[in-house]
Amino acid sequence: MARYDRAITVFSPDGHLFQVEYALEAVRKGNAAVGVRGTDTVVLGVEKKSAAKLQDSRSVRKIVNLDNHIALACAGLKADARVLINRARIECQSHRLTVEDPVTVEYITRYIAGLQQKYTQSGGVRPFGLSTLIIGFDPYTGVPSLYQTDPSGTFSAWKANATGRNSNSIREFLEKNYKETHGQETIKLAIRALLEVVESGGKNIEVAVMTKDQGLRQLEEAEIDAIVAEIEAEKAAAEAAKKGPARDA
Amino acid sequence: MKLDTTGLESALPLFGANCQMVDGFTAAPAFELPTTLDFDGFQKEAIQMVKPAKGTTTLAFIFKEGVMVAADSRASMGGYISSQSVKKIIEINPYMLGTMAGGAADCQFWHRNLGIKVCRLHELANKRRISVTGASKLLANILYSYRGMGLSVGTMIAGWDETGPGLYYVDSEGGRLKGPRFSVGSGSPYAYGVLDSGYRYDMSIEEAAELARRAIYHATFRDGASGGVASVYHVGPNGWKKLSGDDVGELHYKYYPVTPSTVEQEMVEVSAA
Repeated sequence: MARYDRAITVFSPDGHLFQVEYALEAVRKGNAAVGVRGTDTVVLGVEKKSAAKLQDSRSVRKIVNLDNHIALACAGLKADARVLINRARIECQSHRLTVEDPVTVEYITRYIAGLQQKYTQSGGVRPFGLSTLIIGFDPYTGVPSLYQTDPSGTFSAWKANATGRNSNSIREFLEKNYKETHGQETIKLAIRALLEVVESGGKNIEVAVMTKDQGLRQLEEAEIDAIVAEIEAEKAAAEAAKKGPARDA
Repeated sequence: MKLDTTGLESALPLFGANCQMVDGFTAAPAFELPTTLDFDGFQKEAIQMVKPAKGTTTLAFIFKEGVMVAADSRASMGGYISSQSVKKIIEINPYMLGTMAGGAADCQFWHRNLGIKVCRLHELANKRRISVTGASKLLANILYSYRGMGLSVGTMIAGWDETGPGLYYVDSEGGRLKGPRFSVGSGSPYAYGVLDSGYRYDMSIEEAAELARRAIYHATFRDGASGGVASVYHVGPNGWKKLSGDDVGELHYKYYPVTPSTVEQEMVEVSAA
């Protein structure tokens, strides 16, 4: 097996591309990221490692704009992310220039996934070590979308998804609790999902909301704290309700 | 890109193109210089020879019900009418039309290329039709990259996409204009006269077709390089449809019917007396 993980252009006898699988491991070690699609809102949430005291937290934005109507969050190697994001931003503008139209979310996802795939089939390079969650609105129909790409270069659309650390638990939670939501409900669902694996508190989560008219809006720490408090209160009320009737009976 | 200059070679070549004079110059020129005394005159003649369908009248305009596209069908080479039945409206795809003015081969090739390589591939890759804006922009960029190499294309791209009807003028210099009314060709001044004075945005399809037909007819009446058949197409939300193709000679007698005048002398058969 060890002989088949040097150059990624080589298949192993049982059909694995080991470098790609190792890249997926790198993703699994990255920060948790969650994306939820509502009827008129799409939300991205990312786990924030506790900021060092001297670090300027504003320079470590994990959710970025690719264009006015498209945003991206990722899990994995952040340096690789920077390169990929720059290429995607250029492609967004290039598309606007050649066809006088903003990109659709599917188009830019296909581009990023294509880029990730190219690096799994070239000599002397390694794959990008990140999975991305891409959200946005179709420029003409206004329909919201959420897509995910991974180091192998595959992509697909999702109603809600998570990547990075403990993404399986988050995905399980989302599968159990997902329903069509809009506005504030979508934001709450995303934060609730993220809180399954992250220490609660505004300073450990970064959340950004995208709406058709207002584009991407990063939530302030105070706002996030308020929503977290709401969620905790709801949870406590649900617990009390469960215990309450049982005692009476 | 060596032009066939055997017909233009002078009897006494002063010096040959591939001769010892240019020995040691390894850089190959884009055009091989022909052996001729009058190089500038030769260039002008060559360009005239390459442009067969210079004389033409094409027009297109946007109105309430979509886009109306019309053209004549005459090809002329100087004073010689080489064809009266040229198809100058090219069907790029079921919802986009292009008009031909300039070099016939250039227009046909690049329109077909646009329809198949650009528009169809875009549809397949993105699961939605390309916009008229996008298609015309991509064509303009392609023509711009061939700028100065002798392409001669003066075309209008007309179509209907998600944003409604679209009309762009694109030429081989790389120019691209968006507008509500265009006419291209040697007969265009005459067509503009009729088109601009009769145009209203809220015409019905029949009224607009009649306006386009009349504009082409009047251009063919005054311009010797335009004639043949006036074809009229309409582009609506469900794609294009050919509305009519009338011979301009017949249109003339339809618009200006011959009034029977009084006969001066009538020959009557005299019965054998």
